[in-house]
Amino acid sequence: MLKKDKTRLYQMLNSENVVGWLFLGPVLIIVIGLIFIPLCQAFLMGFQDLNLKRPANSGDFAGLKNYISVFTNAAFYKSMLRTLVFMVISVLLEFSIGIALGLVLNIDFIGRRLLQTMIIIPWAIPITVNGLMWKWILNSSYGALNALLLQFGLIDQYQSWLGDPQMAFIAITLASVWKETPVVAFLTLASLKTIPDELYEVSYLDGASRWRELWSITLPSVLPMLMVTLILKTVDAFKVFDIIYVMTMGGPYDSTKTIAYLTYEETFSYLNFGRGASMAIVMTLIIGCFALFYYRILDRKSVTLE
Amino acid sequence: MRRRSLGNWILVYAFAVLVFIIVAAPVIWLFISSISTQSELLEHPLRWIPEKPVFDRYIDILTSSGSSQEAIFKRALINSTIIALAVASASVVFGGLGAYAFTRLKLKGGKAIFFTLLFAYMLPPIMIVVPLYRAFSSMGLLNTKSSLVLTYLASIVPFAIWTLRGYFQGLPESLESAARIDGCSRIGTFVRIVIPLSLPGLAACFLLCFILSWEEFLIALIFTSSEVSKTIPVAIAEFQGRHAIDYPLMATGGIIAAAIPVIISVICQKWLVQGLTSGAVKG
Repeated sequence: MLKKDKTRLYQMLNSENVVGWLFLGPVLIIVIGLIFIPLCQAFLMGFQDLNLKRPANSGDFAGLKNYISVFTNAAFYKSMLRTLVFMVISVLLEFSIGIALGLVLNIDFIGRRLLQTMIIIPWAIPITVNGLMWKWILNSSYGALNALLLQFGLIDQYQSWLGDPQMAFIAITLASVWKETPVVAFLTLASLKTIPDELYEVSYLDGASRWRELWSITLPSVLPMLMVTLILKTVDAFKVFDIIYVMTMGGPYDSTKTIAYLTYEETFSYLNFGRGASMAIVMTLIIGCFALFYYRILDRKSVTLE
Repeated sequence: MRRRSLGNWILVYAFAVLVFIIVAAPVIWLFISSISTQSELLEHPLRWIPEKPVFDRYIDILTSSGSSQEAIFKRALINSTIIALAVASASVVFGGLGAYAFTRLKLKGGKAIFFTLLFAYMLPPIMIVVPLYRAFSSMGLLNTKSSLVLTYLASIVPFAIWTLRGYFQGLPESLESAARIDGCSRIGTFVRIVIPLSLPGLAACFLLCFILSWEEFLIALIFTSSEVSKTIPVAIAEFQGRHAIDYPLMATGGIIAAAIPVIISVICQKWLVQGLTSGAVKG
């Protein structure tokens, strides 16, 4: 009797579904408890009057008031547009430079290994240090960029790079491209290794030019493998916050106030939790759309799931 | 293979040198700033190379005590190390189990769960920070390392699953089937076959999670206001935000904060790049 029970327990513990859920259990508890429950709470907060500066009616149900005030606010649209511009420019630069760099790293030239080791450094440097470094280089009174340009005679006096709205935006974009590009290069390099040599041999025999090879063999093979990263990088760019906090605090004249920064400011500077939450929900919905794209790619590729 | 023309080689080298300069120059300048004196950095025209390099600030930070800025950096470094080690260990354990469930065990609804986890990874942290702040504050966990470890774990574990799933998919399934046929249980197969085979992948995942946790900023900024749990990104952001800045000390703090992830990445480059690409290339 006891032995039979033991076998049954063993069989149950050995079934794919039970072991699967057992293995997945801890992760699900952690992620539900610390991400999805807070997510639901934030969702509810978006419909509440929750302004710590006016605690009298705190917590009252507010209907769509927060959302209406978000969507009728010009600052919201401006910062959404700013975020989109940042997203498109930074992702385009990261991918064009990153792919070119990956292609070059696939060539056997002297110093290739050194360069490959070098480019992991920007990736490894924490974002806050990256921001601090560029802020120091761009410093209006003592910055290295000013000193360099002046010594080469390219400017006649020190410039306040981060004090100029357009320049500050460009600086934020380039600083984040500096950090994010290496990953694209590494992925390109890894994808290039999966292209069979025969393809190139055949095209060589057929007399295709290098340029033709790049467009007809290399890029069509590499690009699909970069799709997942493209989506993740786009989402990262959409959420950009850390580097802005360190370098410009959203300024000057709001020129670098992206949607994540605006949400942060609404929540932690103006302490309007309800409105802050409704902005965060809008952000989450937009990210959800990107996640759907991801899901479709996953769906096409995956054979092992389910 | 075909040969490259001279012009082609010149293009390759020019590009390589340009990238080299763009990558190296800012970091070298940050390092030079850290071994210069404040007055040298404020000179016009700028003195590019310090007259006599001073490494005192590095020593000051590492040996400091009390409430000086150096001591704040030191405690933040210790906090960051403890937190990142805890998060990375837990992420590899739980992520490894989860990733195996997704790779080899046929779960009902597995795909939907996997997608949900990826979505959790993409969420903006600002979304969950207020509810979590309230929850931790009611539990008396604000300003503790545990609150950061738990929150980081939840946001990093989906990444660990994603990375390890790519790795597990690359393992030959035949070994596992062989072990199963020989009477090894599923859990036994995982412990005896899969874990030993994937040690490089697990190590890479550990380091990637360590680095992710090390650089996290927004959550740490909101959750920590005292030195008991302040992490290095927060300490750095606060320091550079002040009006009268000791620039060499700021640069030293930056270099030290970057040193640990940079050294890890340079030494373990091959593993890390494999770990980074295994999830993405395989989707």
